[in-house]
Order: sequence, then C-alpha cells, then structure tokens
Amino acid sequence: MGMNLFNKVWDLHRVKTLDSGLDQLFIGLHLIHEVTSPQAFSMIEERGLSVKYPDRTFATVDHIVPTLDQSRPFQDPLAEKMIQALEDNTKRHGISLFDTENENQGIVHIIGPELGLTQPGMTIACGDSHTSTHGAFGSIALGVGTSQIRDILATQTIAISRPKVRLIEVSGTLAEGVTAKDIILKIICDLGVNGGIGYAYEYCGPVIEALSMEERMTICNMSIEGGARVGYINPDETTFEYLKDRPYVPQAEAFDEALKNWKSIASDSDAEYDDVYRLDVSGLSPMVTWGINPGQGIGIDENLPLLKNLDAEAAEVASKAYSHMGFSEGTAVLGQPIDAAFIGSCTNGRISDLRAAAAVVKGRKVAHTVRAIVVPGSKHVAVQAEKEGLDKIFTEAGFQWRNAGCSMCLAMNPDKLKGRELCASSSNRNFIGRQGSPTGRTMLMSPQMAAAAAVSGKIVDVRNMK
Amino acid sequence: MKIENTSGKCIVVRGNEIDTDRIIPARFMKVVSFKGLREAAFYDERYDADGGLKTHPFNDEQYNGASILLVNKNFGCGSSREHAPQALMRWGIKAIIGESFAEIFVGNCTSMGIPTAAVSADDIEALMRKAEEQPDVVMSLDISSEEIRFGDIILHAGMNPAIRKAMLSGSWDSTEILLEADSLIRWLDNELPY
Repeated sequence: MGMNLFNKVWDLHRVKTLDSGLDQLFIGLHLIHEVTSPQAFSMIEERGLSVKYPDRTFATVDHIVPTLDQSRPFQDPLAEKMIQALEDNTKRHGISLFDTENENQGIVHIIGPELGLTQPGMTIACGDSHTSTHGAFGSIALGVGTSQIRDILATQTIAISRPKVRLIEVSGTLAEGVTAKDIILKIICDLGVNGGIGYAYEYCGPVIEALSMEERMTICNMSIEGGARVGYINPDETTFEYLKDRPYVPQAEAFDEALKNWKSIASDSDAEYDDVYRLDVSGLSPMVTWGINPGQGIGIDENLPLLKNLDAEAAEVASKAYSHMGFSEGTAVLGQPIDAAFIGSCTNGRISDLRAAAAVVKGRKVAHTVRAIVVPGSKHVAVQAEKEGLDKIFTEAGFQWRNAGCSMCLAMNPDKLKGRELCASSSNRNFIGRQGSPTGRTMLMSPQMAAAAAVSGKIVDVRNMK
Repeated sequence: MKIENTSGKCIVVRGNEIDTDRIIPARFMKVVSFKGLREAAFYDERYDADGGLKTHPFNDEQYNGASILLVNKNFGCGSSREHAPQALMRWGIKAIIGESFAEIFVGNCTSMGIPTAAVSADDIEALMRKAEEQPDVVMSLDISSEEIRFGDIILHAGMNPAIRKAMLSGSWDSTEILLEADSLIRWLDNELPY
C-alpha cells in the first residue's frame, strides 16, 4: 500500500521518537506574531538559550494592530508595548520582521502563502490555531501554544503525538453562489466541532481539485474549527502555478528541483487512511451559523433545529446558543436583522474574497442600520484591491475600508462589536464574546453572504441578489 | 520535575465545547508575561458589564482552594492561546479531568505540567455531582496507575500514554530533552530540501 502525504512529510521531519512515545518533529518554517511570542522569548532567555535557526522563523504583526491609524506609537499603550517587544525580540535574535511599515505586513496566514514562504512538503508551526491554513499547499501546518514556540525557537523541534489521517472526499457540483466557506462549514456541521480530535484531515476529490489556492486556504483554515489541528490538500498544478515567481520560492532551475520534491510528497493513489468521509455538495446552499460554535450552522433556506431532535450534548450547547443569540428553535434565519458586517480575516480576507464581496456590493448601499467594514488580509491584498478599484466600490456603498490586520475576527484591537450587536462575519469563530463584546453575536458566512447582508440590513440569500 | 500524582478539592465547570475565548477573553492577552492572568480566568462569565459578580463556579466560595477542574466535552477548543491554561494554573488548577479535550489545549497543558485525564460521560457526571454536593472532599489522581480516588468513587482515568510518561519522567518540560538530539537536528536541517 502507498503512503499519504501526511505520513511522508511527518517521516521526513521526525527527528526521533522520545522515551515518552511522543515524536520529536522538526519544524521547517516557524511563523510568529506579537501576541503569543513574547513569553516564549522570555522563557528561552531565562534558560540561557538562543534561537537555533533564526532564518527559519519569520515575524509579522496582525492581531493587535489598529486598522484605522497604524502610525506609531499606537494609541493603545498595551498594544504599543507588545509591538515593541516583538521588535526587540526579533532584532536581538536576528529574525526577519514584517512590521506595519513593511510592504509585506499582514495576517500571518495570508502573508506566508502570498510571499511563497509556505511551500509543499514543509512542516509549519505558528502560535495560532489557524496555522492549518498553510496545509492548502500540501504542508503539515499546525497551531502551537507559547511553550511550544519556546521549544521551536530553542530547538527547531516540538514533542507531539502523531495523529491519524482522515480522508475527506468532496464530490458533486457546487451551485452558483456557494463557496469554499460553505463547504467547510458543512463539513464541520456534519463531523462536529470535536470530530477531528486526533486526526489530520486530507481534503480531496473533484470539487477540491477544482478550487483555486485561495479557496483551498479557506477550507484548510477552518480545519481546527472541526477539531482537526491539521488540514491539507495534495499539491497539484494549481499549487505550482500559484507558487511560481513568489519572492521566497526557488527560481529557475532551483524551481524545477523543488517541483520534483513537491510532486514526490503527494499522497500515493493507493495510500491508506485511518478513516474516510465522503460529502456530495450538489444541492448545498450558502451556510450560516446560528449559534456559539462553528458547527452550529444551517443552509440559508433551512429553519433552526428543534432541541427535541438533537442528542443531549448538542441540545445542551444549542440551548445555550439560543439563549445567547436570542433566536428561537424552528424559526428561519432569513430576514434576521443585523447591526454590523465584517469582511476580512485569515479565512476570507484575500483578494478573491474581496472581489466576490465587491461584486455583490457594486451599485448598492450599506443599510443605514448597519456599520460595515472591509479589512484586507495583508498590505499586498490592499494594494491589489485598490489597483482594481474595489476600495472605491466598498466606500461608495458605505463600507469602511481599513488597513491590514486581524481586526474584528478576534477584537484584540479597536475593532469590536458593541453590546448585543449582531454581526454578519466572514471570519471563523462565533464563540461568545469573540468579536469583543461579551454579549455580542456573530453569524459566520461567506464574504459574499456578509456583503449581501450588509446592503440588505438583514440575513439574505445572496443567490437572490443577481 | 516528575509529576506522579496530584490531589486536591475539585471545582466543577459544566458545559460542552467551552472554548478558550470563554476561558480567557482576547483583551486580557495584551500582556508580555503570563504572571497576572489569574483574575482573567472566565472573566466574562464571572463578571457582568458593570463588574458585578455573576453566578459561576470560579466565583463560588465553596470551591475556594480547589485544584482539580472537572469539565465535559471538547474543553479548551478554539484558539491556541496558552493564556487559557496559564490563567487556570494561576487560579490554582493543577489537573483537569473531563470527557474530552481539544488537542492544542492538551499540548499546552502538557508543556505546563498540567495532567489532563479523560473519563466517560457517566463517570464525569458522578464526579461532578459528588464535587457539587461535597466540595470539601479531596480527590487524588495517581498518574502512574491512572486511578482517580474521590471518597467512595474509584475510577480509571484515561491518559494519552505518551503524555502520561512525560509527566512521570518529568520530560513534559520539554526543551532540555529536545536539545539532547542536537546532532540529529543539525543533520535534518542540512538534509531537508528547503
């Protein structure tokens, strides 16, 4: 039997098996940001250690940067202090930093692929759970905590259990107006938010193969919302075409050499898997979440589930969700008025996301009851969008056009919901309090659905807006 | 430091899918040290907008001094923030027993020397009920035998074998152990095609 990509790449990076039974895994590319790294630098310095391979770590600022005025010092002294800590740490240890003055700055999971840092066959770690995004290129990419960042800085390795691999095969025909975001929300709803614990997800099948790299990143990004720390897609011509001529990708003959390696690590046609799940997306509608975790979602044309139809665990969480959201079982989400709309994040803050949202917005106005913001995922995305005039489409419609950052996805910056505001959001988490207000409410959806909600003042089916 | 057993009073936080944003809201992560995080644990579930106390186990005096946290399914899901277990540890939590845990959360707990042990839905319900009714009873979790003793309840606790060994040998504090493979690491660094 052949091997899957996950096991090939893992074996290539396994330093050894430790006495405990955990594997010691070499991390080829380490990405850091301002929020989860300062304590890790303190830890290695307290132990008298240095950064083993500074060239294998890259830093950017995204979580706490304001998206309105990025001039320094930041107005928030705590944010300024964290940025300074990252500047000091990267300077002291010889690590490249893309700060707000650098043209490459942006959300860590947007800039890695965009600069070509992310490549097939790598092991990639970052102190952020959405590191799974980079798996779209056929790498093993995983989120780690601060103590593991310490270990990567000091040793370039981590101690970790080897997960099993589940094949997720997506077939059928995707209807007009239905997106990669809807596919991954559907997968999370079907397999559950804890269904992926102990697994890496390999996404495959004709629907996945037909997706662009940016769409593939949206799928892999939300693997963690289904409990899977790693999600990946085998590299193919789409991948190689995307990577060609990116700044950190090998050029000319070196590219051809890299290509051979990249092709060799793809899953063999007779590869073995620990589990297989098949999904036919024909008939899938745009998805929206109605609850307090990303697995609580429905097709836009469905009604909210009745508690009596759920098992005890799901009913417990659904009941808490209805109470937080102020929704009633059995009712429709269509027509639900919204107060805010957010288009951006590492899930849907790329140029194709902004194009799709702008296509919906063009010639329309944001409802007067809604405040709506568009936050490009990186400076490069912002520049490209401005070149295409997308910023004008958004601002003329009444959206605010911001600078690159994580913004209202996690609200560690000035972009926050107020009170019980309900937000149509293209981000990845609808947890209680996630968007900055303890009583705020989030409905996750595709960027085009969020755009449609913004101009309609309520949740609508984007397919009816043509 | 070897961690062979832990014992203490229990605190019960009921609910499935309790994510790390609920354990520590993001605004408390604007710090460069973990030291002051004790008060941030479950902050928005413990305090209302005006700072008034809400009903929450972490506000309940009957759990003062508790060190073993009892939880339900998929505890610690969501964000990878180590700030979540750091806040719990600084509040006094030394071990967590539940139905299941999110993977990154377990990794963070392990690197901090906090054992996480899994028991069945029926068993956690029995433990929770007893802890709620008799909060002064001390539980002991023996890592080598994977046994929980809680008054008249004796249970098997399921631990990931590798994490269990890491606790028992002290290798949960992983940096030094990882550095031992220095020559292999150097070899691999050279060997990789990138």
